[in-house]
Amino acid sequence: MSPAKAPPRRRYLADNPRFLAALFMSPAVTYIIALVGFPFVLAIVYAFTDITTGNPELEFVGFETFRRVLADPIFREALGNTFWFALIANLLVVVLAKALALVLIQDFKGKRIVRFLVLLPWVAPVSLATITWLWTLDSIFSPIDWVLRQLGLITENMYWLGRPGLAMTSVIAVHTWRIVPLAAVIMMAGLISIPSEINDAAAVDGAGPWRKQFQITVPLMAPIIAVAVLFGMILTISDMSVVYVLTRGGPTNSTQVLSTWAFFKGIEGGALGQGAAVALFLLPVLVGITAVILRMARRREVL
Amino acid sequence: MAVVEVRGLKKHFGEVAAVDGVDLRSEEGEFLVLLGPSGCGKTTLLRMIAGLEHPTEGDILLGGENVTGLPPRARRIAMVFQSYALYPHMTVARNIEFPLKAQGIEAAERSKKVQWAAELFGIDSLLHRRPRQLSGGERQRVALARALVREPTVFLLDEPLSNLDAKLRASARDDLLEFQRRIGITTLYVTHDQVEAMGMGDRIAVMDRGKIRQLGTPEEVYHHPVDTFVAGFLGSPPMNLLIGPDFLFGFRPEQLLPEGISRDDGPRISLTFHVNRVEYLGSERYLYGHIQGFEANKIIAMLPGTVTLPLTADTDHRFSVAEAQIRYFAKDGGDKIPPQPLPL
Amino acid sequence: MTTWEKTDFEKLQSDAKRRRRLGRVGLYIAASLFAFLAAFPFGWALITMFKQSNDLYVKDNNPFWFNEPPTGEHVGFLFSGTNYLTFVRNTVIVGLAVTAITLALSLPVAYALARLRLRWGERLGIAIFLVYLIPPTLLFIPMTRVVNVLGLQESLLSLLLVYPTITIPISSWLLMGFFKGIPMDIEEQAMVDGQSRIGAITKVVLPLMFPGIVAVIVFAFTLSTHEFIYALSFNKGSATKTIATGVPTELVRGDVFFWQSLQAAVIMIAVPIAFIFNAFLDKFIKGFTLGAVKG
Repeated sequence: MSPAKAPPRRRYLADNPRFLAALFMSPAVTYIIALVGFPFVLAIVYAFTDITTGNPELEFVGFETFRRVLADPIFREALGNTFWFALIANLLVVVLAKALALVLIQDFKGKRIVRFLVLLPWVAPVSLATITWLWTLDSIFSPIDWVLRQLGLITENMYWLGRPGLAMTSVIAVHTWRIVPLAAVIMMAGLISIPSEINDAAAVDGAGPWRKQFQITVPLMAPIIAVAVLFGMILTISDMSVVYVLTRGGPTNSTQVLSTWAFFKGIEGGALGQGAAVALFLLPVLVGITAVILRMARRREVL
Repeated sequence: MAVVEVRGLKKHFGEVAAVDGVDLRSEEGEFLVLLGPSGCGKTTLLRMIAGLEHPTEGDILLGGENVTGLPPRARRIAMVFQSYALYPHMTVARNIEFPLKAQGIEAAERSKKVQWAAELFGIDSLLHRRPRQLSGGERQRVALARALVREPTVFLLDEPLSNLDAKLRASARDDLLEFQRRIGITTLYVTHDQVEAMGMGDRIAVMDRGKIRQLGTPEEVYHHPVDTFVAGFLGSPPMNLLIGPDFLFGFRPEQLLPEGISRDDGPRISLTFHVNRVEYLGSERYLYGHIQGFEANKIIAMLPGTVTLPLTADTDHRFSVAEAQIRYFAKDGGDKIPPQPLPL
Repeated sequence: MTTWEKTDFEKLQSDAKRRRRLGRVGLYIAASLFAFLAAFPFGWALITMFKQSNDLYVKDNNPFWFNEPPTGEHVGFLFSGTNYLTFVRNTVIVGLAVTAITLALSLPVAYALARLRLRWGERLGIAIFLVYLIPPTLLFIPMTRVVNVLGLQESLLSLLLVYPTITIPISSWLLMGFFKGIPMDIEEQAMVDGQSRIGAITKVVLPLMFPGIVAVIVFAFTLSTHEFIYALSFNKGSATKTIATGVPTELVRGDVFFWQSLQAAVIMIAVPIAFIFNAFLDKFIKGFTLGAVKG
């Protein structure tokens, strides 16, 4: 008997894993390299030039643009604000979202309605949700002020968006308000993934509600909590619409953050190079926070 | 005083009655098995006794005290789950220590007890490992150590051997029984495996559709089943059942023997057994067929390997059953009835 | 242990009963509190949109009550006096197109990363996630140049081109999780039955991916509806604005805010989206469980 002939390669291309891998991945990878990679490189290039909308020529100036950006006190304020807003807002988010997740896991009457209402802050487009807050915190007509006045707690309006301290609080509050639903949903996924027998064992072993939460539930949910915090951080740090709509960075730049400052400098001010330089600082912040969170999550990896 | 007592216990999930009126009293120190097919309510019953489910009706008493409605931690029970439910993020030592911490026992006392429990099960060398590094058998021992470290009055087990592979299961069963006998703690054990139940239980509660059909020693439930369900559930292969004029009667496969091979159990009834198929398993022979006159009922005879009489398939053979071994059941409902005249 | 006998069971019983009832009450209070805090700005928007201006702009009037009878004129103004309908149309078109593009590009990538054992597979997965970390607020300046150079400014095509950069990374990650949840046996069975790999995927795996695909559709559509900075930078003319940019910019003329119409727009957009999201929430959680917990 003669040895069997090898089957023709081309006929079975649709089964070849390597071919399929290339085929499947190339569209998305090409797209990303072209539309993310290229502009990213361009942003870096801009930051090393003095390009403006008035003078759109790429003139290499070394670190001059960076120096100018860093010398600006508003930039430093924006950097600090970005960091603090994100930190405080996300701390609040973790606590509130955990509580909300625990509530939504249970069965109770009206659960669907509560879920619907609780989702609103997240699903409404950012700019629009922020507009409702712009109105709710209006310096003259705020209903919150009205209620406080009726209760006799204040005589004059609070100027939620007009006073630096209050404005920062308002921005943090709106960020938190928006992100809690998303974080809660992510945490619900985590809660569900804990095997029910572990909860039963904890009950049988005598753990009361607090002990069970802190010694069993939270440690087992640690990776998911990390994911929620990560998303929350990314959303807070890279978002510009909340500050833009609410305060435009005011009063007196007290609520300016890196992303809005980049926008004002680059688009409204026309100094594209400087805008790019400011925005570039977002990257180490984001990468740094991601690394920290992922490392913390990996250490607690148990399952 | 009964350690575990259950009165009129019911549990409804919506329309479905998972447990439909159960009364049970355990003897002190006994190994009581809750046996039944899946969905019969045995696990729900166990969980109610543990306090993990709230009964719809009825009372639960532990050590004479009514504990219905109390959370598990007020009940001095210990439970081992099918998956062992070890806390994956804690070491073995921490796992065992956990219930003691919940009781508020101090650190020095705790480590003493953990050491004691670990040595009891021979796992003191594993105290610093994590659950994912342990084998199935080791995990079971950790679960047991964690359960026993609180010195509970009742021990509840929910099919703890079903996740082990077959070889391990026999030795695990052995360990479990030996240890229960040594400590003398009242144990309730849920399983769907009747071989396990027969081998381990002091008494077996056979359950079906939320009710206990029969509570008795292995001997009682095997040889004196109270209805056709119990008769059919225990024994592998199950009891042969034939349809008589207006009743059912049956006998176990090992009681159907070739004529001439007698046992010392009284007068025997002869019948013609048409053998369709023979299965030779070395230690036993299974003969599948039917009795002449009862062609609709499939019959199995089980012969020990020591009976070497040649028996061929597709032939009739003369067999006999001891009169005293025949059981009688009502056609309607299947309950046990007194002996009836047989149409043989 | 002797403490068993000393325990007062009757007291324990009533304590347990009381604690259970308190727990229930606490649950309802917590749920109501969360619902209120989340929704009260929208609740007030709902009232505001029907308020007459001479009622609304009086400082001491009760904001939660209709001191003058409610009116639909401001809602009407939204449709007649602004390009609101155009914004909605643009947003829907962009949303649908971007979702389609996202699915077309993400599904293959997700499958490849989940199934085909690649040498650099693990690293590419992380790389894709890292792309998500490069925020639009960094890229929008050069991106604006790119769009201008391509001549796509002031058109919806600019958004179609750029939005998938936001949706693809996260969608791939989600879909990867869903793919991993489908056992290999099913594909292998199909291949034994005579299908090629591609055939097995399209005929057998994709139908099972339905919940994941739905989750991605909802997510991608939402992301493109929310997007603000690119839309603001690329399309300055009214005809090509989306809801996210059009409503805030056009309903504010100089210093005058058309508050009632603004709130009306918000309500009319947020409520349906929340409704749909609520309906698909369980599927979304499932995908997250698979992607985040196991991936």
